[in-house]
Parts: sequence; structure tokens; C-alpha cells
Amino acid sequence: MKKKLWVCLSLLLVIPGLLVVSSCAKKTVKVDLPAQTQEDEAAKLAAEKAKQEEIAQQNLARQQETAKQHALAEKRRQEEAEDRNIIAARNFFMNENIYFDFDKSDLKPEAQEVLKRKAEWLRNNPGESIIVEGHCDERGTNDYNLALGDRRAQSAKNFLIDLGIAESRLTRISYGEERPADPQHNKEAWTKNRRDQFVVE
Amino acid sequence: MFKKKYTKIFFISLIATVFFLIESAHCRTNYDYIDINNPFIRKIPIAVPLFKSMSYNNKGEKFLSQEASNLLSKSLEFTGYFKIIDRDAYLADPEKSGIIAPNINFKNWTGIGAELLITGGLFLKDDIVEMELRLYDSFKGLLIVGKRYKGVVNNQRKMIHRFCGEVIYKLTGSRGIFNSKIAFVSTSSGNKNIYLCEFDGHNPEQLTYDKSITLSPAWSSDAKWIAYTSYSKGKPDLYIKHLKDKHGAVVARKGLNITPAWVPGKFSLAAALSFSGNSEIYLLTGTGKIIKKLTNNWGIDVSPTFSPDGGKMAFVSNRSGSPQIYIMDLDSGQVKRLTFHGRYNTCPSWSPKSDKIAYAGMENGEINIYTIEVEGENSALQLTHNAGNNESPTWSPDGSLIVFSSTREGHSGIYVMTAYGTDQRRLLALPGEQTDPGWSP
Repeated sequence: MKKKLWVCLSLLLVIPGLLVVSSCAKKTVKVDLPAQTQEDEAAKLAAEKAKQEEIAQQNLARQQETAKQHALAEKRRQEEAEDRNIIAARNFFMNENIYFDFDKSDLKPEAQEVLKRKAEWLRNNPGESIIVEGHCDERGTNDYNLALGDRRAQSAKNFLIDLGIAESRLTRISYGEERPADPQHNKEAWTKNRRDQFVVE
Repeated sequence: MFKKKYTKIFFISLIATVFFLIESAHCRTNYDYIDINNPFIRKIPIAVPLFKSMSYNNKGEKFLSQEASNLLSKSLEFTGYFKIIDRDAYLADPEKSGIIAPNINFKNWTGIGAELLITGGLFLKDDIVEMELRLYDSFKGLLIVGKRYKGVVNNQRKMIHRFCGEVIYKLTGSRGIFNSKIAFVSTSSGNKNIYLCEFDGHNPEQLTYDKSITLSPAWSSDAKWIAYTSYSKGKPDLYIKHLKDKHGAVVARKGLNITPAWVPGKFSLAAALSFSGNSEIYLLTGTGKIIKKLTNNWGIDVSPTFSPDGGKMAFVSNRSGSPQIYIMDLDSGQVKRLTFHGRYNTCPSWSPKSDKIAYAGMENGEINIYTIEVEGENSALQLTHNAGNNESPTWSPDGSLIVFSSTREGHSGIYVMTAYGTDQRRLLALPGEQTDPGWSP
């Protein structure tokens, strides 16, 4: 029992002793301190530099990324705008009518200009086919107006064929006075109703 | 099924009318009652008293008598030949006196100016009605025509109209319009569809059920077929349809397939087709096959109509710069211009009984109906005046009346008038707009 006590006591003494020895050893390491510090500083600086470079690179990458994204967005915007333009051009094509004088089916100069634009669109969109609808105002009689509407559609069709559009892409339908653009019974309405309308199939 | 058969049997007995009583020798030469060259200048005063109810105190019979006599006077008035004398003015009551010559004091009728008198007797048992009807010349005291009809009550309209046909036949030499129908286009369903009604606008019924545009119905001369234009496949195609069996053909060439007109007496029709790039008139079989190209001109050629013998065809062409009516001799192919007055003359319709053509002409922005003689001086007679736009004239089968469309009451409706423009009245009171009438043979 006594023996055990002694072992414990000696351990109590030895451990702090060892601790003292080890701290003494540390002190001996720190003898050439100035050189060590210089190297340390340099490394530190280098690390710092590297770190800064890394940050700079990261920033650059980030900037590049955003720039790329911006470019993509821009591209997308452009594409969308292009799509919009295509749709707008298509809508413009669909909405731009040509107009005729009463009981006439010959193309006026304005109508010819419109048809040149139609031909350009058709050349830019070679996959598309269209229906040329001939319409009349309510004056005159149904039967004759059906024939007149057909002739108005045929006039536009012939003009487009002359501008190089394949006949197979052009269908004509006469509606006579059956489908007025403006249902009113006055001069303005009649002017609007004597028309060819163009529908992309 | 049994009822149908029953109706049929009685209808047959109706057809096999008993031609009773001896017709006076005068009957064979009695076309002088109505001058068919100008029959509407002076209307013939006629008395149509209530039919005599033959059973004692039969309420149903009394009601039917009234209905039948009213229908008879209305139907005769429709022709435009007669002035129906108001019953309040009558000095005699055939209900009390009698309906046959020995019991009639004709002075009572000549006294009120009635040149003609129709008496009727009606007998009703269950749902079988028997009628005897007589037309008298009241000045001569002579029977012109007498008939007896028997059939189910539902056929009363037919019986009355059959007698009207007899009356008109005796007075004009033509069977008249009482068995005819009118086809027309109406927007009542929300789309333009073809409807049919009786000559007087009765019983309108829908014939086509397209959800597009249906136009210009034309009857074959046996009244079994109708040709018309429909956009049901997206473009104006020509449909030739058997009215009962509903079978038929479609002419669906490129461009227009419009304005059909049947050749009288043949299963063949003309129509304007524009598959060549220009609207020309073609002769087609009843099954829609092209027999022959009839017109060949740079201008619009449309709206054919045939002379009664089928030898000539009138049509519209703008070959002179504005739409005018031309006549083609179908044998020689020779074409001559018919209309010279005005800058817009369309919708020709050749009278089935004469060398007259009705058409719609536009002047000062207003469209009116005119008639013009095919031969002779060609001066047109204007039939409508200051009454909106008037289009699509078509003749009744006897050539006495013209049916047409008019916007005189705002929306377009179907109207009828005599061949001289008198007695203009609206035919139908349907919702929506009605156009394009076509009168059956």
C-alpha cells in the first residue's frame, strides 16, 4: 500500500519536472529568432499576395461570369427581339391589307407597294404559304360581289407571282360581301371593306 | 306508321277528286276573266263567304269552315289578281240560303260588285273533312268550276290550295303557285343557311345546318334537287343535293363554284367557276361534271339564267367595264348585250313563262328591281322605288309574281310582288336576315 503511495508521489513530481524540461527545450529552439522571423514574414507576404491574387482571380472570374451571363441575357434579349420582330413582321404581313375602288379589281400604286413588301416577306419565309382573301363592300349584289372578290384576290396573286413567288404558295378565296372588316353602312366602312386580306396558313 | 298510311290513303282520295257537276260550255274559253298580259291593272272583285257548315250545330265544323274560307280568300288575294270583298258588305248569307246555283240570288252578289263568287260547304266527321267548293261568275250566274275534296283535317291547307289552283287555272290557263315552295338564305341559326317555306311564307324549315356561309339556292325543274354554294369546307363550293334522299354531288374546284341555275327540263345546270383564274360560266351535269365552257372572256361572267325552252342563257358580265346583262344563244354561241341603262345591272332571272327578265340595277347607290323584254326596244320597267336595296328577283312558276330580298325595313327580308310591281309585301317574319330567294317550279 505504502509502495503505491510512493509511486503516485514520484509521478506527481516527475510529470511537472518533465514539463519544465520540455519548456526549457522550447527556449533553446528560439535561439536564432531574427532569421526565422524574416523567412516567416516573406512567406506571410507571399501567402498574402497569393491570397490577394486568388481573390483578384476570383473577382475576375466572377466578373467574367457576370459578363458572360450579361452577354447571354443580351443574346437572349436579341433572340427574343428577333422572334418579336419575326412575329411583328408576320403580324404586319397579316394586318396590312390592300384596298380597291368600287367595282374595281386593278391594283392601285399603294397596293403594289404593299404587295412588294408581301413578296419580300414571302421570300424571307420560304416555308410559308398564304391565303389571299378577296372582299367587297356591301353595295352591289351578292353574286356579282363574289366574282369581284375572286378577281381582287386574283389580282394580288398574279402580282405576287410576277414578283417571283411560287403559285403553289398562294391560295385565293373570295368572300364577296360576306365578311366586312367594318360592319357599318357608310363610306368609311365601305372603303375599309373593299380589300384583299392576307392570311398565313 | 298506320297513321301515315291512313293519311296517304285519304290524300290519294283527295287527289282523285270527284269532278262533279257539269261544267258550263263557257268554261273552256274563260281566260278573258284575267288579262294575263296585264292582269294587275284592275283586280277582279270576288266574294268568298264563310263556308257552310253541313252538319247541324257542329262546333268543330264551324271553326274549320271559318279557317278554310279565310285561307281560301287569303290565298287568292296572294296572287294579286283579286280584290276580296269585305264580308261585312255581303247582302246574303250562303250559310242560310245555300251554296249551289238554284239557291243563290246572284243579284245579291253583283249588287256589291262581286264579279266572282266562291261558295263552300264543309262536312267534318272525326278527323275527316269533306269540302265542296264552287266558283261562280255572278253576272252570268254560271258555275265556272266545282270540286269536292275529302281528306284528313291536317290536309285542309292542301285541299284549299288545290282548289285555288283550279280557280287560277280556269281564269288564267296556268296552274299557279299554290303547290310551290320558296328556298331562301337566313341567318336565323347564327350562320347563313338555306331554309324552305311554302309559296306564302308558311312553314319555314331549315334545310342546311352548316356553320359557315351558304348561298344562292337554285331548284331543278322537277323540284327534286337544289344546288347551292357553301363554304363548309372553307371555300365557296357548289353542292347539288337531292331534297328527299339528301345524296348528291359537290363541285369543289379551285376558286369560285357559285351561282347555279338549272337547265329547264334537264338534269343539268350552269354555274360560274373560276379555276381557270377567271370566273366563267360552265354547263355541268347534275352530278357536277363539266359538259362545256359556255363563256370565254377576260371579264367576270357570273349568274346564269335560262330561257323557258333552255335555248338561251342570260348572265352578268363586266366585259364592257361595268356589270351588265347579256344574252347568249346556246346553239350559235352568239352573245348580245341586253341592258344599257345604268352602270350596274346584275341578278338576272328569266321568267319561266315569257321573254322577260327581272334583274337588280343600281342607280344613285340604290338597288332596285327592274324587268325588261328580251326582244324589242329593251326599255326596262322599274318595279321597286325608294325602298332600301332590292336584290335577287326570282319569278313564281307561273310568271305572275316576283320574290326578292329587300332592306326596306332595315334588315334584309324576303318580299313578294306582282310581275308589274304591285302588291309589295313581306313574306316571312323570321329573326335575322333573309336573302337569296329561289322559287320552285
